[in-house]
Amino acid sequence: MNQPTITDADLQAYVDDRLPSARQADVETFLREHPDVAERVRAYAAQNAAIRTLHRETLDEAIPEHLLRAATGVGAPPKRAPWFLAFSSDGIAWRVAAGLVIACIGAMAGWAGRGTLVSEASAPQAGVTAEAAASLPRWAAMAHRVYSPDMKRPVELGAHEKPLLVKWLSRRLRTPIRPPTLSAFGYSLIGGRLLSGPQGPVAQFMYQDASGQRLTLYVSGEHTAAPREKEGSFRFAQEGSVNVYYWFYDKLGYALSADIPKTRLEPLAASACRQLETS
Amino acid sequence: MSGMSPKTDQQEPETDTHATGKPAIDSDSAQMVACIPRLRRYARVLLGDSGAADDLVQDTLERAWTRRHSWRGGGDMRAWLFSIMHNLHVDQRRRQGGLTVVINDEAPAPPARATQADTLELRDLDAALALLPAEQREVLLLIALEDMPYGQIAATLGIPLGTVMSRLSRGREKLRLLMSENTSQTVRRREAR
Repeated sequence: MNQPTITDADLQAYVDDRLPSARQADVETFLREHPDVAERVRAYAAQNAAIRTLHRETLDEAIPEHLLRAATGVGAPPKRAPWFLAFSSDGIAWRVAAGLVIACIGAMAGWAGRGTLVSEASAPQAGVTAEAAASLPRWAAMAHRVYSPDMKRPVELGAHEKPLLVKWLSRRLRTPIRPPTLSAFGYSLIGGRLLSGPQGPVAQFMYQDASGQRLTLYVSGEHTAAPREKEGSFRFAQEGSVNVYYWFYDKLGYALSADIPKTRLEPLAASACRQLETS
Repeated sequence: MSGMSPKTDQQEPETDTHATGKPAIDSDSAQMVACIPRLRRYARVLLGDSGAADDLVQDTLERAWTRRHSWRGGGDMRAWLFSIMHNLHVDQRRRQGGLTVVINDEAPAPPARATQADTLELRDLDAALALLPAEQREVLLLIALEDMPYGQIAATLGIPLGTVMSRLSRGREKLRLLMSENTSQTVRRREAR
């Protein structure tokens, strides 16, 4: 009796259920007569099934914003050199764009002052003016909204130049400042930038987790009149989708902003607050 | 921001999407976006590192976006994206010096007994997959995860159909041996207790 030749490719296609039914029957006959091969084929089918279970969760995860933006042609990854190191025309274009963004902040501040601030803070504590207390989270949230979605250049100086970043911002704010470590919460520092606040220079540090979620720490040196606040006396404000925890310490105003629920932001802010007060 | 609309929409810089929701999406982009979860999963399994996987997906989407005119609407967007991702991954491996040039793809598989060190490291399928050559892993994943036809895999990876089949065959056998080594090792360790 003539037995059809079964090739290795037939066996593979059998595993993947891609054979025409006649050929499939031939393979099944062959496998009945070759239990060792049948055993292998079963193992291969089990591999397929097992591989299909790997990282299934990815299919149901929300697509990170930076990937959505990449798929729609908005923005590029923050892996090129900072603009002031790039001498390309692209770098120059960005300088102009950055100027416009800063101008936008100024323009936005005008009407932002009329916005509704959802704040759970009690009356501002002695020494911190009501105006300062209210404007800090608002400015911080606005800076968060402007810079954190930026894929191309979210920061001016990257975390790989942290010593330079810290030195630069400390010099501009005229006081030593240091970004806290939030890696215990899955957030790593990606860098920082200098901003213009209502009363002077502001440092913004940006952090990112593995999913691309970003949070920013806004450090304002404007509160020179504020006395030392009690440890942990931080407050919460909400600006649209941006949640902000903020506090004042040693002449500086701090605000941690993110588009994450208050309950998730709170331990991060508490940790940052503790670190900054003990550094 | 609750107190900042609707004026925000006019004044916001282009980089901000929070107030307006997702960026405007045309039909090419919509198809591309629909493929993202699959690209992410494939890249995670391929690279075994979700951060590196998302970087690869991002590079893929960016390159796809800039070359979207070369994709003629009627084709299979998924296969096109996977081929872009494959090329980027090959470039990446080449830069990292990890690309082994397969001189004779049809040569018989070497004795696929895992080394002692490999076996001890093996904990699960993820780890076993990581021990396969990337060329074999790709084929296995495009079949198992993407259920891609063999011919389309050949086109996506830019290799002949025969090479797809031989990589599949060798990859599966090596994976089987790695997994059974792993199992017997575990059993031996249990018995030793």
